[in-house]
Parts: sequence; structure tokens; C-alpha cells
Amino acid sequence: MYYIRKYLEINNGCVWVNGQRQMQAEATDFGGIMKEFYKQLGINYPKFYKMDDLCKLAFIGSEIMLDDSGEKNVALLFSNSESSLETDRKHQQSIASKEAYFPSPAVFVYTLPNIAIGEVSIRHQLKNESVFFVSDTFPVETMVPYAEYLLQSGRAEEVLCAWIYKWDNEYKAFFYLVGKQGTKEHSINELVLTFLIEAKNSYFCSV
Amino acid sequence: METKTRFEIMDKVFIHQANIITPLGFSVQENFDALLRETTGISLTKLPEPIGTIPAGKIDDRLFQNFFSELNLNFSGSRIEQLMIAALEPIVNKQSVTTDAMLIISTTKGNVQALEQGNIKDAFLYQTAENIRKYFGFSKKPIVISNACVSGVMALSVAKRMIQMKAASKVFIVAADEITPFVVSGFQSFQAMSDEVCKPYDENRKGINLGEAAAAVFISSESKSEGIEIAGEANINDANHISGPSRTGEGLYLSIQKAMEEAKITSDKIDFVSAHGTATLYNDEMESIAFQRSGLDQTPINSFKGYYGHTLGAAGLLETIISMECMKQNTYLPSFGFEILGVSQPMNIIKKIKNQPMNTVLKTASGFGGSNSAMILRKQI
Repeated sequence: MYYIRKYLEINNGCVWVNGQRQMQAEATDFGGIMKEFYKQLGINYPKFYKMDDLCKLAFIGSEIMLDDSGEKNVALLFSNSESSLETDRKHQQSIASKEAYFPSPAVFVYTLPNIAIGEVSIRHQLKNESVFFVSDTFPVETMVPYAEYLLQSGRAEEVLCAWIYKWDNEYKAFFYLVGKQGTKEHSINELVLTFLIEAKNSYFCSV
Repeated sequence: METKTRFEIMDKVFIHQANIITPLGFSVQENFDALLRETTGISLTKLPEPIGTIPAGKIDDRLFQNFFSELNLNFSGSRIEQLMIAALEPIVNKQSVTTDAMLIISTTKGNVQALEQGNIKDAFLYQTAENIRKYFGFSKKPIVISNACVSGVMALSVAKRMIQMKAASKVFIVAADEITPFVVSGFQSFQAMSDEVCKPYDENRKGINLGEAAAAVFISSESKSEGIEIAGEANINDANHISGPSRTGEGLYLSIQKAMEEAKITSDKIDFVSAHGTATLYNDEMESIAFQRSGLDQTPINSFKGYYGHTLGAAGLLETIISMECMKQNTYLPSFGFEILGVSQPMNIIKKIKNQPMNTVLKTASGFGGSNSAMILRKQI
């Protein structure tokens, strides 16, 4: 049996850790909100400003999820519905016409969703297992057995699972750490309850 | 020791049927025949201006359209979906798609071509996956693996693990990517493209060629004599750089170590390495270091990129399927385009076709985001 040790949600300008509000931003646009969170974390990591929106969302969540963990063998299982399509649009715009043709490596590198895994791995020096799944909704039926495989086979001591959604002005992310310790059972039912019911509560934040 | 015990309780998993659609042919047999003749699928290919003409492994549109219409399938979707369906159809025909069958799609850019036409909806990877699911009638929601250039090998690894966890009893994987102005312009902006047929590991290598392909396999824990066992695998991140390979080859080295540990073998038991070998300066150099550290500097090794170019999310699966055919035929294929070793560590790059027993193979891949995958394939004797 495995447990959820810690969980986090980012939505409506707030960061919630284990159901408690931990950070709140005054900005209303995604870029401004992420910048405020970054500053509130009190860290110095200038690479943050080069990242695309998807990576910023993954970075902020992972920063808080991994801040109290001495464990280095944490596997990363990230997922979303839009892959890197938002940055893909940017790259496509940069090659849209013969006259205005300016593809940039700084944009192109972010046209892969697993760059978010790369950024978090570099930041926390995680030379571990990882995978990025794309699915229209959180692929809970794949995530649960896959995380348990990594723990059961001894490939990871903890698994950081995440859903990182960012599309135009909408964003929503949740993260949870699975391992041998914790109070919540690691199961499909528990995950559905945690992230649907508590996600509703968190809407009070912006009202 | 504890880790080994944990692996021992899990089922063995095998790759059974396979199929590929590439510029060299529309079946494994056609492809293998072309490889035995040492033919490359890379030729001068015209793309819209300002890209112009570049060497690339392009599937001829007219040939493929004829082939697809002769299959007489009731499907009218995008070209990449047609490629996926053409690859998977003969495999699904031999197996039945039962309710617990799982569909995994491996792709880096999917139908990114739709973006160019301003059609955002069809550019979503899950939309492509859903169209494939619906066509074949899978009940479970499909999973898309999009992890840059390691996607194809990683999809095999995920399939194996899901079967071992009893979350699926059979898995169908289809992997595909296309040559598009989107991808070509991006790699050109990195100055990573060669203006001639690529030369992996060679002193005069200038970078990659892009290619396109679709590849499909059927995987289960059922042990049939022709099945190739996935005996060990791992996917370890470099945690070093998002677009450059690690100087020490750390992630690839660790992936190889963990794959060998699971397969309970040492490097001297590996008969052949099907490496990533993109022909960029840094990738090939990184691999030579990781292989040397793994004790594989004398092991026969090749890259299939000189035949196909880099087929991105299809590459790992395509190259695994060709490697499986090499195992079945006990045939070592040369690394196309290789003449003089141009990396810092010794490597035993295959220069001439030879026939001798091939029972254990290492397949590797590395890519953007610091991703690496390694897999040990074992023939049942």
C-alpha cells in the first residue's frame, strides 16, 4: 500500500498545500501571478524567466512539493491535455510567412512537453525516472499503476505526479507525492476526491 | 539485491507482431530487404520556401496514397493518422481488440501540420489519439507519450510496466512523426541540420537529417517462440541541460546500467547496440562516453539514422523493430555513412554486413529535455 504524503493545487491566483492556502497573488494575468509566486518563494533562479508558461507552472509547483524532501530518488510523472501546443503556436507564428521568418531556438526548445521535466530535473538534480503523458483529462488510470510500478520495482523512493494545464488565460495544476508514508491512501478514488472536491473549495480564494 | 527480488516477481513481457511504414517500404520485410542492399531512404526533398530543398527521409506521398487506398479502409483523416492506421492495421487484424487492450501513441509533434492550416483542434495530440482509438474500437482511453526523441523506446517501457502491473494484458503501440516546416525550421534554428546524408559517429558528420515513419507493435506477457523479450529497461534524466546532452553521458550511462541490472546481464553479454546516433557533434560524442563507461566500446554498434534520418517520436520504435529483425535473421547491419571514427572514445561501429548469432541487444535513445532511454531485448532460445 502506498500513500500521498503531500499535495498541492495552483488555480485562481492561489497555491494550496494539503488543502491550506499557502500563497496568493494580486496579479490577474498568468505571467504576473507566476512572477509573484516566484518572488514569494524567495529563491534566486534566473532561468525561471526564460521558461515558457508550462515550465513556469511545473517549476512553481515542484519547488514547493520538493522543498521539505531530502529524498533525491523522486521520479517525475507529469501530464496535461495540451502538450506544448501553446508554445507550438508561437513557433508556428514565427515561420508563418516567407517575409517574416524568424524561428528561434529559445522558443523551439519549448515545443516539447517533457522540457518541463527537464527543467525540474535540473533544478532539483533528479537523475531519475520520468515520463510525460498527454491525455484529454488527468490519466488517473495510468498514473496510479505507473507510480506504483516505480515504487514496487525500487526504481524510485517517491513519485511526484502532476497535471499542468495552461491554455490562453486558463490554468490549473495539481501535484502529489506518492511514497511509503502519508495519511491519504494512494488510490484512484482518493485522487478523484482530493482534486475534484478540494479544487471546488479553492474557488473561494478569488471571490 | 532487494531490487532484483522485486523484479523477479513480475511477469516477462514480449514484443510480438511489428509493422513499419517508411521511405524504404511499407512492411518490415520490404524495409529489411532495402537495408540488406544498404539503401538509404534519405533523398533531396522540397519543402516550402524559405526552407527549400533539403536531404530528408520523406515517405513519397503518391506511393503512400496508392498504398493506403488499396488497403480499402473506411477512414478519411489527416496524413499522420493515415500513417498510424496503415502501420497498426495488419497487427490489429491478427489480434482482437478486447476491452482490456491498451493503445499507446508515441509522437513528438503529432498532427502539428494542422497548426499551419490554423486548425488548432486537430493539432491536439489527444485528438489524434482519439481518432485512432475510435477507428480501431479500443474501449480504454488512449495514452500519448510525448517525450521528445526517446518517446518510441519509452512507449515500449511504459507498455511493459503497465502489463507487469496488470493494468493491461495487451498493449498496442503506434509511433509516428512527419517532416514538417515546423520541425525543420526549428532544427535549422539550432543549426543542427546536415546538408548531406548524415554520417553518425563519423569525423565529418555535420548534423541530422529529419525523416518520417510510422511503426507499430503488439506486446503481451504471452510467451510465444517468435516473441522478443523486453528483459530490462530504464529512462533516466541527465538533469543537466534542456537542449544539450550531458558531457559525461550520465543519464544514458545510468539508463544502461539499470536496464542491464534488471535483465541480470553484464555488458559482455550484449551482442549488438542499436544506438541513437543522430550525427550531431554533441550527441554522438556523449554516446561514445556513455558506452565506454558501460564497457561497450568493443561491442558491435550502429545507428540507423543514415538510412531513415531522425524520425523523432517514431525513431525508438522503428529502430527497435529493425533490431528485432536483425536478431531473427542473425544479421549485423552496417552504420550507413560511417567512414572514420570521429568521437573521443573507441567504438566498434559496424562497417560491413555480417551474419552471426545475435541473441541480446541494447537499444538506446537520448533527446531534448535531458531524456534518455535504454532497453535490453532478448531472443528466446
